[in-house]
Amino acid sequence: MSASMKRRDVVSTLLANRGDLLVVTGLGSTTWDAAAAGDHPLTFPLWGAMGNAVMVGLGLALAQPQRRVLVITGDGELLMGMGSLATAAVQQPANLSIVCIDNEHFGETGMQRTHTAHGVDLAAIAKACGIQHARVVREASELPALVTDTRTHPGLFFAQVKVVAEKLVLTLPPRDGGLLKARFRRALLGELADTQ
Amino acid sequence: MSATPVDWALAVHNTLTQAGVKMVGYVPDGGHKRLIELCHADANMKTVVMTTEEEGVGLVAGAWLGGEKSALLMQSSGVGNIINCLGMIAECRFPMVALITMRGELGEFNPWQVPMGQATREVLESMGVIVERANTAAEVEPAVNAALRLAYNSYCGVAVLISQRVIGIKSFQEQVNQ
Repeated sequence: MSASMKRRDVVSTLLANRGDLLVVTGLGSTTWDAAAAGDHPLTFPLWGAMGNAVMVGLGLALAQPQRRVLVITGDGELLMGMGSLATAAVQQPANLSIVCIDNEHFGETGMQRTHTAHGVDLAAIAKACGIQHARVVREASELPALVTDTRTHPGLFFAQVKVVAEKLVLTLPPRDGGLLKARFRRALLGELADTQ
Repeated sequence: MSATPVDWALAVHNTLTQAGVKMVGYVPDGGHKRLIELCHADANMKTVVMTTEEEGVGLVAGAWLGGEKSALLMQSSGVGNIINCLGMIAECRFPMVALITMRGELGEFNPWQVPMGQATREVLESMGVIVERANTAAEVEPAVNAALRLAYNSYCGVAVLISQRVIGIKSFQEQVNQ
């Protein structure tokens, strides 16, 4: 079954009217996708630490149980940190949503096919880890329900969104890690960010 | 002649609490057994078991983004699993405190532990982590206390290496019996 959705459309939809959503994106394409949707101080875009997007989101979700955290990452990035699905499932934070933008390719390194192109089913893995609400999303008509679930589903949520493999113009968020951290903390914590 | 043994795990747990650490991530090690149990028994501490030490780097980064202090517990072999992700700690100036029980030192019975144990300090320092070492049980708590202050006042990664002499594992049977 070939994918029909485009990744930038999906990520823009996930981030439109985001309210007080806290967002973590993974190296690399989902970081560019989120930047294309509009740079935001409450998005922490990973430029490195590949495989760690879910864990950054988990740490944030555990520290901020009153806020919704959305991790948007790619299939290559998630495959590198698959154990983090198990770790997140053990914790079951009620405020964490994970969306894997799955183009079945390593988009930054020459479009080699990833494991998902060979049938590895990340949603089934998430479910088997204990993320009860895990599903594959293939059609644009499913996006409104996906947006609702990522923001309000009561409990840990996972979706694997199948998208077209395409090379896109890079849209880059700020690169300076210290800046990205400091502006996120200021936007979230206010004065505490400077005094903690 | 033997002095009263120092309960370093209890002292460290108290220090973590005093410092406001609310989250502890760990990949278990025999040497951390008691401290892990103390953290699990503490209702004010979120205790996160991880599949690999690498996950801990993301965990502490996310926690700090959310305004929470954390600490990591791991074995020296786990340091080999976190190298690339330490780049995020350095680049973003995230505070990180890692308490690392040493293997592969004097008294080690498993030769496969030796290469990573001997490289642990150098690997951490190569990635910008400041390393403090505790050679005796009495030195552990002060070292952890200092590490917490340094990491959270200066926004950097600090590791406390807890000597195998403190842990005391000298044979496979001792490890099994823990």
